[in-house]
Amino acid sequence: MIKKDQPDAEMLKGTLDMMILRTLVTGDAHGHTIAKVIERTSEDVLEVEQGSLYPALHRLEDRGWVSSYWGASENNRKAKFYRMTAAGRKQLVRETSRWRQMTRAIGLVMGEEFAESEGGQ
Amino acid sequence: MSWRRFFSRKRADADLIDEIESYIAEEMAENKLHGMSEDEAKRRARIKFGNPQRVRERLWQQNSIAAVESAWRDLKYAIRTLMRTPGFTATAILVMALGIGATVALFTVVWSVLLKPLPFEDPDRLITIYENSNDQFPMNSVAPGMYKEWAKQNRSFANLAMLGEAQFNLSTEGGELPEMLFGAACTANLLPTLGVQPALGRNFTAGEDEPGGNRVVLLSWSLWKRRFGGDPAIMGRTIRLNRLPYRVIGVMPQWFAFPDSTAQLWTPIYNYFPAAYMTAVGNHQFEIIGRLKPGVAEEQARADLSVITRQVHDANLNNPFVSKAANTQPLLNDMVGDLKRRLYALLAASGCVLLIACLNVANLLVARAAARRKELAIRTALGGGRLRLLREQLMESLLLTATGGMAGLAMAYGLVQWLGHLTFQNFGRFESIRIDGVVAAFTVTLVILCALFAGLFASASAMGNQLSTALQDTSRMVSAGRGRARLRRSLLAAEVGLTVVLLVAAGLLMKSYLQLRYSDLGCTTKNVLTMRINLFGGSYNDAARRVNFFAELLERVRALPGVEAAGLGRTVPGSGYPGDDGFTIVEHPPLPKGMTQYAINFDAESGYFQTMGIPLLRGHLFDTGQRLETANETIINAAFARQYFRDEDPIGKHLRYENKNWEIVGIVGDTRSELYQDPKPIQYYPIFAGTQNSGMLVIRSGRDVEQLALPVQRAVQELDRDLPVYNVLTMDQLLGRVTFDASFNATLLLGFAVISLLLAATGIFGVLSYIIAQRTQEIGVRMALGAKRDQVLRLMLSDGLRPALFGLVFGLAASVGAVRLIQSMLYGTRPLDPAIFATVAATLLAVASLACLVPAWRASRLDPMQALRNE
Repeated sequence: MIKKDQPDAEMLKGTLDMMILRTLVTGDAHGHTIAKVIERTSEDVLEVEQGSLYPALHRLEDRGWVSSYWGASENNRKAKFYRMTAAGRKQLVRETSRWRQMTRAIGLVMGEEFAESEGGQ
Repeated sequence: MSWRRFFSRKRADADLIDEIESYIAEEMAENKLHGMSEDEAKRRARIKFGNPQRVRERLWQQNSIAAVESAWRDLKYAIRTLMRTPGFTATAILVMALGIGATVALFTVVWSVLLKPLPFEDPDRLITIYENSNDQFPMNSVAPGMYKEWAKQNRSFANLAMLGEAQFNLSTEGGELPEMLFGAACTANLLPTLGVQPALGRNFTAGEDEPGGNRVVLLSWSLWKRRFGGDPAIMGRTIRLNRLPYRVIGVMPQWFAFPDSTAQLWTPIYNYFPAAYMTAVGNHQFEIIGRLKPGVAEEQARADLSVITRQVHDANLNNPFVSKAANTQPLLNDMVGDLKRRLYALLAASGCVLLIACLNVANLLVARAAARRKELAIRTALGGGRLRLLREQLMESLLLTATGGMAGLAMAYGLVQWLGHLTFQNFGRFESIRIDGVVAAFTVTLVILCALFAGLFASASAMGNQLSTALQDTSRMVSAGRGRARLRRSLLAAEVGLTVVLLVAAGLLMKSYLQLRYSDLGCTTKNVLTMRINLFGGSYNDAARRVNFFAELLERVRALPGVEAAGLGRTVPGSGYPGDDGFTIVEHPPLPKGMTQYAINFDAESGYFQTMGIPLLRGHLFDTGQRLETANETIINAAFARQYFRDEDPIGKHLRYENKNWEIVGIVGDTRSELYQDPKPIQYYPIFAGTQNSGMLVIRSGRDVEQLALPVQRAVQELDRDLPVYNVLTMDQLLGRVTFDASFNATLLLGFAVISLLLAATGIFGVLSYIIAQRTQEIGVRMALGAKRDQVLRLMLSDGLRPALFGLVFGLAASVGAVRLIQSMLYGTRPLDPAIFATVAATLLAVASLACLVPAWRASRLDPMQALRNE
């Protein structure tokens, strides 16, 4: 789920989990849909790497935040659907507020500096 | 990390493959919607997804537990490596199995016998009480009258019980074979004191524990099963013991073996001992078990009883056999007795064997590390972590030790059965000897310790290796592997040293046993058959009947074909201290007040001396015509004459014994009652005086005396169908039993020592072979330059023997200290016996030279051209 060419993947590991949970708020989905939704809603800035998506889904399932079942996709193909559990919902709330704090903090630090340097040009 | 995930990795992977397929299909469908061709859509979808293998790998890793994963890999690698050298592996496992097996077996015995609490209620508060009768008998048996006073006056015990050994002739109405059984006659509070309930039925009542009480009996579980078919209907039925009817009131639990495992019957004490006897204060015969009140210490209780004892003593000043103090020790100590030292000595010896086994395996591993030196160096150069290599080394040694440990545990199981049956059968805790959780935990700990020991030793030598030198190190360099050879030599020296200690200990015990077994008893031991006969109860309460029975029996036995001589005596020499009694010499001035004079008292008839080959030194034997009250002759042995008739002729003098004067008519040769004691004074009285109701029948024959056992027993049965004879043994068998402990200790230790010697010899052989293999080129060069073959041989021999010599010196020095531990187990052998030390040194040197000779000789036969070409 990294922007192309961006090498620093590890830092964003937690955020992928969070975004997956976010996409499941609107309903159950399979891997392909989840990847598509994240890409589209980020206006194609984020591209989900499959190498991370599936291990992440399994990890979330293992922690009990999502459950899975095999069903038929929109195109009537066999696909594994993921559903958010109650625990997952709580986790999403926790993660979201943590994320908000973090972006706000980073914004506070970065905001002025950027303004200054941009202003200086 | 989660175990559930770890074990369902395969399923998760299969799921993932399906998911990937469904993703590709979705993506293809979308691409086709955008108007791509089938192939193009597929290609794009695959590009977009990337490498599915990588995704799978990632998930697989995510689901793995790194430590388990790598341990598993190490294990597989170790198994493969070990399989490649089956000879080495089998040797190492066998060595480990021997060491661990021996140690675990002895630990099992030590744990079960010495350490595990007794199976009674709150066993720490149970103690055994003795009379402290002057300096000679600090742990004397207790007189019944003394027990009465203790029970009445003490303030330290919640319960105080008395029991005495008892023998029963069991005969049932059905005319089955009579049988002689051992048991105990005890006070009714014995079982409550121990906190034990009968498995079936009830304990004795207080009313049964009184003079004239009903005759009742408790059976052991095994007797109940064996003789009465485990039938519960036995309860309340009557069985005949010593010809008297006893009502069965209960069966004891299967595990109950008290005072030892020979006990099969328990009766109230007054059923067995005459009431008049139970007030005597100078007759030491009983064992007392007490349960301390809470909060009372053993010392306090001892002091409490000693005060009472002193009062009884002061009230009976005319009886010189009344003690002045009491003595105590925990019941467990009393039951364990002198087993403690023996067992710990054997455990220490088995520990030595284990240590030697570990050293040997370490040595083998070091040798292998040497052979794999280049492989390891290359792996290190390619980035293999040292820790990783260490882990592999440890895994290998753990694998060897664990396999050896499992084999050892199986071996220990067999050994424990064997040990138990052979040595501890008569011992009260024999039943409890078995491999349990504690022993299993001990084994696991042992395996881990051994694995660490051997593995770390081996890898320590591998680690010290400088990478570059190892890679450059061609075998042309003389110094190759010097450091490792030194380590191996020190291991070897330690091994040899321990072996020497074991050999010395085994040698001393063996010599001691032989001294004991073949000590001069003062009588013949060849072709003599012995058997015990007891005339208990019924018509045998009449002295005349007893005398007649004995006389008639002897007549019949002497008439049997093949019998050279037959006789009757209290017991036979070598079978233990028979007991003693006081006497005075009529012709001597009376003894000062409070002084006693006693000697072994021994009932016999003339045939006894003739059969046993005990020489008559002066005078004559008993006049066989003298019976019952008319009998008034006594015979003494030479030791008696030496001690009590220093400057006078004993013949014609009189002994006063049991309120009667007896004339000394003969002096016979000395005999040893106990093998490890010098002959003691003995006063012989005629068995035909009729005071004794039991004796040992001895029969001598010119040929195989064992063939007479059945005819003699038949002769007994003809006289009395209900009379069992027991302990039918030849003199040799009897002495074999008496010396069994000594022979067992010596044999077991010798076995350990021989195993160690073999291990040390293989060690020496291996090390020298290795050193020579390392120095092949060097030897070739030496020979090419003119070294003679015998020079090479000598050089190699001295190289191999040096560690053995170091070990020998170290071992002899250590032995000087170690023999102190077994000093009390020695008889007629000095701890620093020079002959043993010399023999051990010679044996060791011979074995070591032999082990060195083969590789050294091989080295001297080397063809120098080939040796040099061998690159």
